[in-house]
Amino acid sequence: MADAVHMTNTAASAIPTKRAFGPTLRALLRDPKVIIGGGFILVLIVLAIFAPWIAPHDPLEQDLMLGLYPPAWMQGAEPGYWLGTDDLGRDVLSRFIFGTRIALTVAFASAIIAAVVGTLVGLLAGYFGGWVDAVVSRLIETWMAFPAVLLSILIVAILGSGVHSVIFAIAIIDWTRFARVVRAETQAQRNADYVTAGRVLGFNDFRILAGEILPNVLWTVLGLFTLELGLAVVIEAILSFVGLSVSSDTPTWGGMIAQGRTIIYQAWWVFALPLVGLFATVLAFNQLGEGLRRTLDPVMQR
Amino acid sequence: MADNLLVETRDLVVEFGQKRSFLGRQAQPLRVLKGVNVGIGRGEIVGIVGESGSGKTTLGRALLGLQPATGGAMLFEGKPLSQFPGGEIALRRHMQMIFQDPMSSLNPRQTIGTILSKPILLHGIAPDKATALMRIAEVLDRVGLPQVVLGRYPHELSGGQRQRVGIARAVMLRPSFVLADEIVSGQDVSTQARVLQLLKELCAEIGMSMAFISHDLSVIRALCHRVYVLNGGVVVEEGECEKVFANPQHAYTRALIDAIPLPIVSQDWLETTAA
Amino acid sequence: MSKPLLTISNLSAVSRRDNKPILRDVSLTLDNGRIQGLVGESGAGKSTISKAILGILASSVTVTGGSVLLDGHDLINMPEREKRRFVGSQIALIPQDPLTALNPGRKIGDQLTDGLKMWKGLSGKAAAARGLELLDQVAIRDPKRVMESFPHQLSGGMRQRVLIASAFALQPRLLIADEPTTALDVTVQKQVLKLLKTMQAEHGTAVLFVTHDLGVVAQLCDEVTLLFQGKVMEQGVAEQIFSAPRHAYTRALIAASPRYDNPSAGLHPIDDAVIAACRAEIASFDNQGARHG
Repeated sequence: MADAVHMTNTAASAIPTKRAFGPTLRALLRDPKVIIGGGFILVLIVLAIFAPWIAPHDPLEQDLMLGLYPPAWMQGAEPGYWLGTDDLGRDVLSRFIFGTRIALTVAFASAIIAAVVGTLVGLLAGYFGGWVDAVVSRLIETWMAFPAVLLSILIVAILGSGVHSVIFAIAIIDWTRFARVVRAETQAQRNADYVTAGRVLGFNDFRILAGEILPNVLWTVLGLFTLELGLAVVIEAILSFVGLSVSSDTPTWGGMIAQGRTIIYQAWWVFALPLVGLFATVLAFNQLGEGLRRTLDPVMQR
Repeated sequence: MADNLLVETRDLVVEFGQKRSFLGRQAQPLRVLKGVNVGIGRGEIVGIVGESGSGKTTLGRALLGLQPATGGAMLFEGKPLSQFPGGEIALRRHMQMIFQDPMSSLNPRQTIGTILSKPILLHGIAPDKATALMRIAEVLDRVGLPQVVLGRYPHELSGGQRQRVGIARAVMLRPSFVLADEIVSGQDVSTQARVLQLLKELCAEIGMSMAFISHDLSVIRALCHRVYVLNGGVVVEEGECEKVFANPQHAYTRALIDAIPLPIVSQDWLETTAA
Repeated sequence: MSKPLLTISNLSAVSRRDNKPILRDVSLTLDNGRIQGLVGESGAGKSTISKAILGILASSVTVTGGSVLLDGHDLINMPEREKRRFVGSQIALIPQDPLTALNPGRKIGDQLTDGLKMWKGLSGKAAAARGLELLDQVAIRDPKRVMESFPHQLSGGMRQRVLIASAFALQPRLLIADEPTTALDVTVQKQVLKLLKTMQAEHGTAVLFVTHDLGVVAQLCDEVTLLFQGKVMEQGVAEQIFSAPRHAYTRALIAASPRYDNPSAGLHPIDDAVIAACRAEIASFDNQGARHG
């Protein structure tokens, strides 16, 4: 009897009822990519949320007397303006900090929408095949034939400037990226024996898609998602570079780069610093994605 | 043909490749099964032997209802599979499958515990969680696996252990019929012997019928009561193993038996071929 | 008595990663024109021995002792360049999987004549002619068509015949057949084994036949070396080993092999006691080594 109880207890402890967070969280926090990438993004998020309290100055406040001051480590810097000022006397650091709001909002919102839509479509097309797949494949092919950036510029130009149109523009183009990959993976899994095993056990299509295939696909989606976050930040910067993003008073990294380009010989920091920030952000997203996959995906741990 | 057959096919015909190409031209369909009659009674272990291209895998899937038939009938307890009372899910309660490659038949991102609890959860055969856990523990013990494998992932187990998990999953529901498709091919002789012995015992204990597909006649001899010899989509010979092996009627069966090297030294096996 | 062609003496090897022994003091001799079966379950070390002879051991494996001599030449310590030339012209390999052994992007004819052009210095035309001859010898009905085909256009059995043809093309002294019929249908297997024996007899090649199938060994091989976890358990003439095996492991292995003429064969897994005894043998060998080493 005690033997049976012992067996049951071991069995009980080993069947996951809910994801065991403890050990995985610890493993996550030990991975260098997760720490560095995730840490950077976390800092950006904090900056974005608490911008009004963290930024030393009002990003919109102009003071022509304080124009073109260099960053703090150079000669002739004005105290209190750590990264210098632009030609209108606005604090570069504060504008950068406020710029993270737009960058991150657009990045997360558009990446989430693109991922959800693309994954759903890819799953259905990959699993059911037939006419569903034919329609979806043609749709994706035609969609991808359009040059992405030009299409997004077109969409924003039609819908008018604003965060929502930028998000919409990016999501509506990039969903195909997810759809294609998810479709391919689903197709590959559809023929795997464990899907047949599921069918033999009596699972219906929905259960197989949701219970067997989707959890495996999610790992690839995660990798794509972090990639997409970086991409979305860049596209937003491009859009604001050409002035098609949000309204022109709200500080954006792209806007700062555009503006900095015109005064690059007098104040290179206005151009360079947001560029560096952009680069670091994309890198951070990629590293975070890789680190997450490495620590969490059982398949990767072989 | 006995009336109390559990699983049957009657004049089963299966064709592939009937898709119409974009321009409307039809590809030539491939007839994999050309009118096959097999039957498995209660508690029987029946072997289906054939070489590659014989159609044995397709036949196995048809028996389970995983492969739609182009012609003929597939029956369970005398009724067509499509008309089984209770629908597909009820049917699946009674018919299960063990796969050849345990690596690909176990979802690599699920723990053994998750994999084994799915059949129980789906068919609701345990009234509460405690009973379900007991059942899983029992089955694990029966197939000779330690309880710790429940928390492991498939890739952390050896090939033999994975095969046992596949067996455990199949018998979890105590089905009346199990299909085993080339499940010992490529295994060490010792592992194979253990698996065969386990299957024989399980069938006797649970009262399961089994269709055992293999290309290896010797393995079928060890395990099965009856055998169907499949060649080119047709059953060329059938009967009790003892009789078929002692006195094969069809030329193909004779050729198949003759091609098997026995572990005794004989001077002329290589030279002679069965007439 | 002439000297044996292949002499492996006390060959030992370990895995560099965890210092686990892969081969334990393996010795065997193979005379000219004889077929020896190298048998064992998976992990016995059979393919490691083949690789040691061919000089293609993985970098993770280190030889810790013993020697491999082909016709007196030391294969383990031979310098790389010399080894490639020697092995390439004297030893041939028939691999397990005919599909991956052939380059899917090149025609059969090209692959078949590679060795002829490289080691025998034949011109393109002469090599092609010899190729056709060889394909004919391995009973391929339409050699011209096969020369122009790609691997995926041929059946498994035909691919294996092509590999046999290319193995014998260079008239090697030693042929290593690494589970060459495992992937084939049993009727095709018999044809291929028959072909192998015929070619071997004609060319006088010595064959080291690696397999886990005791039936094939009994029917094809003159001598047998049986391995368990890198150690030789029993060795000798095939007739004697199969009619009166001396080692318990040999007996257990034979009893565990299914036979179509005996319904109770194949249901007896190897007794735990036998495995334990084998392991004890191995452990005492390992300890001996540790004491001396």
